Amino acid sequence: MHGLRPRAKTKQADWPGYFRARAEKAQDAALSAYFQVPLPAPETPIGEVPMVALDMETTGLDERRHAIVSIGLVPFTLERIRLAERRYWVVKPPRPLSESSIAYHHITHSEVECAPDLDAVLDELLARLAGKIVVVHFRHIERPFLDAAIKARRGEGALFPMIDTMSLEARLYRQSLWSRFRRWLGRPPVSIRLDASRQRHGLPSYQSHHALTDALATAELFQAQVASRYTPETPVSALWT
Amino acid sequence: MDVELLEIRQHMAQFPPFEGLSDDLLDAIAAEIEVKYFKTGSDILLLNQTLDELCYIRSGAVEVYRRQGELYNRLGEGDIFGHFSLLRNHKVRFPAKAIEDTLIYFIPDAVFQRLCEEDDDFADFVELERPRLESVAEQQKKSNDMMVTRIRKLLSRYPVMVDIQTTVQQAARQVSEAQASSVLVLKEGSDNPRYSFEDSEGRVWQMCGILTDSDFRTRVVAEGLSPETPVGHVISEKLITVQSDASVYEAMLIMLRNNVHHLPVLYRQRPVGVVHLSDIIRYETQSGLYLVSNIFNQSSAQGLARLLTDVRDAFVRMVQEGANSQMVGSALSTIGRSFTRRLIELAEAELGPPPVPYCFMVNGSMARNEQSIVTDQDNALILSDDFDPELHDDYFYQLAKIVSDGLDACGYTYCKGDVMATNREWRQPLNVWKGYFNDWIDDPVPKKLLHSSIFFDLDSIYGEEVYVEALQDLIAEKAPHSPLFLAAMARNALNRTPPLGFFRTFVMEKDGKHNNSINLKRRGTAPMVDLVRVHAMACGSSAQNTFQRLDDIGKTQLLATGVSDKLRYAFEFLCMSRLRHQMIDLQEERTPDNNIEPENVEDSERHTLKDAFQVLSNAQKFLKFRYPVPAHRSGR
Repeated sequence: MHGLRPRAKTKQADWPGYFRARAEKAQDAALSAYFQVPLPAPETPIGEVPMVALDMETTGLDERRHAIVSIGLVPFTLERIRLAERRYWVVKPPRPLSESSIAYHHITHSEVECAPDLDAVLDELLARLAGKIVVVHFRHIERPFLDAAIKARRGEGALFPMIDTMSLEARLYRQSLWSRFRRWLGRPPVSIRLDASRQRHGLPSYQSHHALTDALATAELFQAQVASRYTPETPVSALWT
Repeated sequence: MDVELLEIRQHMAQFPPFEGLSDDLLDAIAAEIEVKYFKTGSDILLLNQTLDELCYIRSGAVEVYRRQGELYNRLGEGDIFGHFSLLRNHKVRFPAKAIEDTLIYFIPDAVFQRLCEEDDDFADFVELERPRLESVAEQQKKSNDMMVTRIRKLLSRYPVMVDIQTTVQQAARQVSEAQASSVLVLKEGSDNPRYSFEDSEGRVWQMCGILTDSDFRTRVVAEGLSPETPVGHVISEKLITVQSDASVYEAMLIMLRNNVHHLPVLYRQRPVGVVHLSDIIRYETQSGLYLVSNIFNQSSAQGLARLLTDVRDAFVRMVQEGANSQMVGSALSTIGRSFTRRLIELAEAELGPPPVPYCFMVNGSMARNEQSIVTDQDNALILSDDFDPELHDDYFYQLAKIVSDGLDACGYTYCKGDVMATNREWRQPLNVWKGYFNDWIDDPVPKKLLHSSIFFDLDSIYGEEVYVEALQDLIAEKAPHSPLFLAAMARNALNRTPPLGFFRTFVMEKDGKHNNSINLKRRGTAPMVDLVRVHAMACGSSAQNTFQRLDDIGKTQLLATGVSDKLRYAFEFLCMSRLRHQMIDLQEERTPDNNIEPENVEDSERHTLKDAFQVLSNAQKFLKFRYPVPAHRSGR
C-alpha cells in the first residue's frame, strides 16, 4: 500500500521498555526527569502525538571529532507548528571553530565566543523534549551527536525514538518498486535532501540554513508527508525508529 | 530582531498589507505564527467554524467560496483570508479550500487586533471594500496641489477699479499706471445682489464688468470710439467670476470653459483681484491650459493635428503629477471640446454663416467630461425647426464632414457606430430629435436602446445651447416615470460585467477561467457609467458627469446610505487605473489602449481593483432588482 514494501523483518526497538529502564537507573537529575515522562504508546495515532522538530548544526560529521554549535527546536502537531514556542541556542564547542565551518553555518566567532557550553542549556533542552516525539531530517547526525555530548557532560548518554523525515522520503522514493526500476534503468536516485524533498511536496524553499529554519522546514515536511502518504490514524510506531 | 525568523518576515514584508509595517510589528507577527500544510483539495476553513486566526498563504493556492458554494476569490502566495470573520463574529462566512499543496501561516487574533490598532494602513486594508477605495481616492486627491491650492494665493495685488462713468481714456491711463492688464468697472447702487458690496465708507457698489487690454484694442480703438466714451458702453454683459476660496484648478476650468484670460476673483461679493491666464500658467506651467490657447490659435486642421503630441505630453504629466480622474477627464474633454469648437469655427469661416441656427452636440465621454487619451468621436447636429433639408442640408453635411475629418486627424477616430453628425440620421431638427427621445423612452426595446444609449449623455459644444437643454429636460421629465424604459436601460447596463479579480498573472473570471488581460473600460468604467446613468435618470437628474450624477443620486433615497460614495470611490479608482496604464503605454511608446495586463498591476492596485470590481458587481445586482422588467413586457 502507498508504494510501500512490507518490511516485516525490520525489528522495532522497544522504546517504552528502554525508557522504563533508563528512568530507574539514571543518576543525573535532568536525565532521570526526562526518562520518567512516558512516551506516547506505540499504537498512538500520529494525529494525537505531540512532536518537536529538532535540528542541530555541527562543526563536522563525526561526533568523536566534531561538536554541536547550535540547536533549534519547534514543537508541533499535525495540526499546528507553534513558532511561538520555538527555542534556539548557540553553544560553544570545546574546540575552536575552523574557518570553513564558519562559512557554512553563518555563525560568527563572536556569537560562539559569548555562547555558553551545551551543559548550561541541556536541562532546558531535555525538559522541552520530554514526552514528545523528536522529528529530524537525517537522524544519523542528531542522535549520535546528542548522545555523545550528553555522555561527555553527564556521564551517561541518551537515546530516544526519532521520526526521520529523510528515511520516510527514502521509503517512498528509494525503496519502492518504482525506484528500484529506475535504478535498474541506470537513472540517478531521487534526491532526499531536505530542500529537494520539500519541493516534491510543493513546499517553498528557504534561503537560510539555520538550525531553527531547518527545524521548521522539517516539521512542515513531516506534515506534508503524512498528508500525502499516511493518515492521522497511522500509529506512531510505524514512523519512529 | 530575531535572525532566525528572517525567512518568515522577509516573505511577509513583500506583500500588502504587511509591506508597510514597521520592523517591530513584523517581528511580532513572525514570532507568533503557527504553520500548517494543506494537501491539494483539502479544506482549510469550513463554513461557520470558529476562527481565531488570520490566514496567510506562504505558498500554494486557495479558493474562497460564498455560502452557496459560488467562487468568491482565488488567492495565491502572499494573500490573506479570514479577516472578514475576525472583524465580525469569528464565524467563517467564506469557506476556503487548498487547490494546490499549500502552506498556511496562521496569525493569532491578538496579533491581528494589535496590527489593526497600531497601523492605520493595515486596518484600512482588512476592512471591507469602501475604506481601502476611499483612502486610495483621498490620497490621490491630497497629492495634487492644484486641487487644494486656493486661487486667492495667486493674487498679488488689488484690482484696478473705475466707476462706470469714467472715460475709456482715463481707465486706460489707470491701467497703465498700475502696470495692470485689466480694470474692473463698478457702479454705485445695486440691482444684482450677486455682485453688490459695501465699501469702507458705507456706500454700496456693484461690479458690472471688466475691461482688458485686448478690449481696449478691439472694442475701443478698432471700433473708432472716442477716448471720451464712458467705460460702461464698451464692457460686455457677460460677467464671469470666481470665488477666492475656489481651487486653482476650478479657476482654470472656468477660464477654459469660457475661453477668457482674465478672471475677477471675489471674496463673497467684493472683488479682491484679477487672475490672468499667465498667473495660472506660471503656477502650473505644464498644464493643459497653454495647450487650449494654442488650439484656438491654429488656423487649419493640419495645424491642430500637429498638437496631438502636446495633448499626449500634457496627459502624461497630469497623471504623473497625481491629478485625479476628474481633473484628467475634464482637462482632456476641454481639450477635445476646444478642438471641436475650433474646427467648427474654421468650417464656418470656409462655408460662410449657417443658413439656420444649430447646435453642435457631443455625446458619450466628452459630454460627461470624462475623456481619456483613447477616445473616438461621438457627435450630432441639432438644427433649428426652420431647417429645410432641400435648402440647408448640404451646408450642414459639409460642416459635419469638415469637423469629423478634422477630429479624426487630431486623434479622435471616427465613431465605429456612426454616431456622427455626418450621418443623416443624427443631423436633424430639434423636433425630430424630440421624436427620437420620445420613441426611445416610450417604446423601450433593449436592443434598440443598446445603440442609442450613447445619446443619453449629451452636451452642447457650439451654437444654440438651448436645443440640447430642451432634450436634457425632456429626458429628466420623462425618464423617472417610465419604468419600462428604466428596466430596459438597466438590462443593457448589465451586459458587461466585471471580472472577479486577479490570480497570479491572470485575470480571473467568475467561473474560475483565466485571461491574460482585461479591458478596463469594457469591464469596469463603462458598466459603471451605464449603471450610474440609469439611477441618475430615475431620479430626474440632468447632470452628465458621472460624479455629478452620483451627487444627485446621493441626495435621494434611491440607494442605501453610503452606496453612492462607494460607487464614487470605485469609479475613481477604475478610471485612474485605466489612465495610469494608458500613461505607461505612452511612456513605453506603445499605442495606448484600454487593456491592462495583470503583470503590470502592482500588488496594492490589484487589491483595490478587486474591491472596485466587487462594488460594481454588487451594484449591478441591485440594479437588476431595482428596475425589474414588468412581466407582460418581458417577452420582448
